[in-house]
Amino acid sequence: MTTSMTRRSFLKGSLAAAGLTIGVSVTPFGHRLLDASEMDSFSPNAFFKITPDNKVAIFVGNAEMGQGVLTALSMIVAEELEADWSRVTVKQAPAADPFKNPIIGGQVTVASASVRGFYDALRKAGAAGRAMLIKAAAETWKVPEDECNTSMSKVKHAKSSRTLTYGQLSLKAAKLEVPKDPPLKKEEEFRYLGKPMPRVDVPEKVAGKAIYGLDVTLKDLHYAVIARPPAYGAKPLSFDQKAAEQVSGVHKVVQIPEGIAVCAKSLDAALKGRDALKVNWDKGVLPDMNNDYIEKSMLEDLNKPMASAVNTGDAKKAIGEAAKKVEANYFVPFVAHTTMEPMNCTAYVTDDRCDVWAPTQAATGALMLASKASGLPPQKVNANTTFLGCGLGRRAKPDFVVEAVTISKAVGKPVKLMWTREEDVKYDYFRAAGSHRIEAGLDNQGRLIAWSHKLVSPSIAKHINPMQLKDGVDWFCVWGIADRPESYAWNNRIQYEIPNLSVEFLMSSLPIPCGVWRSVQNGPNAFVIESFIDELAHAAGKDPLEFRLQNLKNNMRARRVLETVAEKAGWGKAIPKGEGRGIAQHACFGTWTAQVAELSVNKKDGTIKVHRVVAAVDCGPVVNPDPLVAQIEGGIINSLSTVLKEEVKFANGGVKSANFDDYPMIRMSEVPEIEVHIVKSTEKIGGIGELGVPAAAPAIANAFFNATGVRIRRIPLTPKIVMDALKKV
Amino acid sequence: MISLHVNGKVYQVDVSKDTPLLWVLRDNLNLKGTKYSCGIGECGSCTVHIDGKAVRSCTISVGEVQRKKITTIEGLPESHPVKKAWIKEQVVQCGYCQPGVIMQVAALVSQKPSLNADQIIGKMDDVICRCGTYPRIKKGIKTAIQMSKKEVKKS
Repeated sequence: MTTSMTRRSFLKGSLAAAGLTIGVSVTPFGHRLLDASEMDSFSPNAFFKITPDNKVAIFVGNAEMGQGVLTALSMIVAEELEADWSRVTVKQAPAADPFKNPIIGGQVTVASASVRGFYDALRKAGAAGRAMLIKAAAETWKVPEDECNTSMSKVKHAKSSRTLTYGQLSLKAAKLEVPKDPPLKKEEEFRYLGKPMPRVDVPEKVAGKAIYGLDVTLKDLHYAVIARPPAYGAKPLSFDQKAAEQVSGVHKVVQIPEGIAVCAKSLDAALKGRDALKVNWDKGVLPDMNNDYIEKSMLEDLNKPMASAVNTGDAKKAIGEAAKKVEANYFVPFVAHTTMEPMNCTAYVTDDRCDVWAPTQAATGALMLASKASGLPPQKVNANTTFLGCGLGRRAKPDFVVEAVTISKAVGKPVKLMWTREEDVKYDYFRAAGSHRIEAGLDNQGRLIAWSHKLVSPSIAKHINPMQLKDGVDWFCVWGIADRPESYAWNNRIQYEIPNLSVEFLMSSLPIPCGVWRSVQNGPNAFVIESFIDELAHAAGKDPLEFRLQNLKNNMRARRVLETVAEKAGWGKAIPKGEGRGIAQHACFGTWTAQVAELSVNKKDGTIKVHRVVAAVDCGPVVNPDPLVAQIEGGIINSLSTVLKEEVKFANGGVKSANFDDYPMIRMSEVPEIEVHIVKSTEKIGGIGELGVPAAAPAIANAFFNATGVRIRRIPLTPKIVMDALKKV
Repeated sequence: MISLHVNGKVYQVDVSKDTPLLWVLRDNLNLKGTKYSCGIGECGSCTVHIDGKAVRSCTISVGEVQRKKITTIEGLPESHPVKKAWIKEQVVQCGYCQPGVIMQVAALVSQKPSLNADQIIGKMDDVICRCGTYPRIKKGIKTAIQMSKKEVKKS
C-alpha cells in the first residue's frame, strides 16, 4: 500500500495530476489552507490527492520506523475528508518544504511530534476537501449545500436519492476556492480516529518486501565501507592503499574526514579491501579514557561552577532550614541505539544532480547536508526516505548521508555506504551519560519544599541542534528536569510542585559524541528524579504513591495517571515474599504517564526477574489505539533493557563495545507481562512514541528497593552490582 | 560458479566460496527480505531455512550450502500460518528483524514432534527485536499455532 517517489516527480506529479489537491501552509503561529494554484509559490504542509478514478493518495513526510506514522497521519486526513479507507493509498514523501513539522520547523521525525504536530493541520486539510466536494455536488445538483452529506468517498443528496463519488466531483471541486475555516467533525462522528486500524505497512513488512535503506538497488551500484579510528580523534599514520586496491572487485580507496573509504563492486570485496588497508592509527585525543576514567571525571565535575537552568525561590536557603534534608548522587551510563538496521545510505552524485536514499529521521537535514557535501544547490538534490529499520533517535543525525554523498562524488559511482554492526555500535551518538547530585528539603509534614539538582553530561545539542545550547545549558541534557521557558507546551520538566527549585548544568569535556535516544534525556533523568522521589517518600515515612500525590496537588493529569495505574496494578495489595513493587510517573512531549513494576530478586546470584509492568497514559485524543499500545510496550522494553543490562564500554580512548555479544540487551524470556491503560482524555493531543521509556526504569528500580531495602543509584542493575550492593547491607 | 537452490529455483552465481550466504541472497539474487544486522549469528535477522531448519545466513558461506534447499522469507507462502498470524496480531513495528523472526518461528512451528507455544517462546532468546515487539511475537506464536492446527484439520 505504500510507495515512495522522488521529490521532483512528487512535486510535478501532485501539481499536474487532474483532480483536487489540498495543501496546508504552516507557520509557527498557525496554518492556512492553500489551493492547487498556489502550490508552487506557497509551502503546503501536507497533501492528499483525489483522482477521477475515485482514489485518494495521501502523502506523509514523516519517517516510518514502526511507530505507525504513515497510518496515523493518513487516518486523520481520511477522517475529515470522509474518505473510503479501502480507496486510500499512502505514499512516503521525500524531503520537501510542505512536510516540515509545524511544531519543530523541519521535516524531522523526533520528539514524539508527528501526530501532535500535524493533528490540527491535517484535520483542516481533510475537512476543507470535504467542504469543497460538497459544494461541487450541490452546484451540480442545484441544491443547497446543507442538504448534502458525505460518507465513504461519496456525496449524497438524500431528498433526491442522488449520489456522486469524490472521483466524479474531483475536477469540479479543484476549481473552487479553498475554505479558510472548514467545519470539523465531532468526536462522536469519527469513523477512523480512536479505532484500531491495521497499519498500512505491516503486510509488505511481513512479506519481506518492504524497502529499507540497505535494500535500495541501482544500476551499477557500488558498495562502500569505511575504516574508522579506534580512538576518539585518532588520525591515520599509514595505510596500505595498494593492497586494498589489489583486492578483486575493489574500485577505489578514498580518504575522507571520517576515515578511509573502500569502494567496491560487491560488499564482500569492500570488506576484504578494508581489511587489507591495515591502517596504523595514532592514539587519539584521550588515550587513557575508559569507563572508570569517565565516571571519575563526571563525578569530579559536580564540584565545579555550573550554569543555571532554573532558579525559583531559594533552594539553598530552604534546604538549610528544612525539617529534613536528603541528598544523593546518581550516575547513568552511556547507552547505544543499536537499531537493527545499521546506519547506511545510498547516494549518486553526478555533475548536476544528487540523489540520496536514506533511512533517516531527518529528511530536511539529509537534504541540506547532501547539498553541502555534493556542492549542488538544494533544488538539485533529491532526498528520499526509505523505511527505517528502527530509529530510536539515532537516525536524527544524518552523518551517514554526508559520508555516502562524499564517497559517491569522489568515485563517480552510485554508492551504497554500509556500516557494519561494529561501526554502528562504536561510532554511535550515544544516549548521554549523566552524573547527578540532588539535595532536597522536606518540611515537618513531609512536604517537598526545596530541590537542588546538579547535572554533568557531555553535550547532545552540539551534535544534533546547537539552538538547544544556550548560556551554558544544554536543554536536551536537562529535559525531564527542566525545559526552556518558551517550550512550556512540551512539558519536559519536573512535575512536582516545588516552591524552591534550582537546576544547574555543566557540560562534560569528554570527547564522546551524544545524540537523542528514545525520549532523549527524559529517560535517564526520570530514572534519577523518580528514584530520588522514592527516597524522599521513604525519608518522610510515607507511601510512595501518597507522597507523589501530596506533591502533585494541582497537577490533575499526573494525578489521574498515577491513580489509574495504582488501581489497575493493585497498589497497596500484598505481594509474595521476596517480591517488590515500585511506582513512578513522568510527563514529557505533552503526555502524562505512570507505571507500576513488580519483580523478584534472586539474592544468590543477583538476577532480577521483572514479572509485570502496568502503564497508564494520558495523551489527549487517541488516533490509532493499537500501535499506541505497541509503542508504550516497546518503550517499556527499551527502558527495562537500560535499567538491567545496557552500558557502553570504553577502553584506550575509544569504544570497546562492538556487537550484540558484548553489548547485552533484553531478550524474549526477560520480557514481563505488560498492561497499557489509556486514560480517556479531551486535553490537547500529546506524543506517544517515546512515552513508554521514562517511567519504566524508575518503577523497576523502586520495585528493587521495595524487594530488598537497598537503593542502587547507578544503572544497569547487573547481577554483579546487585550482589555487591546486597553484601554491603 | 556456485550453484544455489533457493525458493524452488536454481541459481548460478559467480562469487568466491567463502562469501557469506547473506550477501549472495541479498546482492546477487536480489532477495532483500533477508536482513543483515550483526554478522555474527547473535540476532537472527538473517535467518533462512536450510533443508527446513532455521539457519543464520550471515555466518554460513555459500560453499557450505551448495546442494541444499534454501528458503527465504520471499519463499514462505503468504498463506503460511506464521505470516497470517503476524498480520492478524500486528506484530511488526519497524519490521527489520521480522523476516528472520518469522523464519525462525516457521521452522519451530513445523518441527516434529510438535512444540507448544511456551516451548517455542523458550527457543526465541537468540533473536533480537530492538523495537520491543516481544509481547506481540508471543501473541503471534500462539495465533500461528492455532492457525496451523486449523489447517491440519481442514486437510
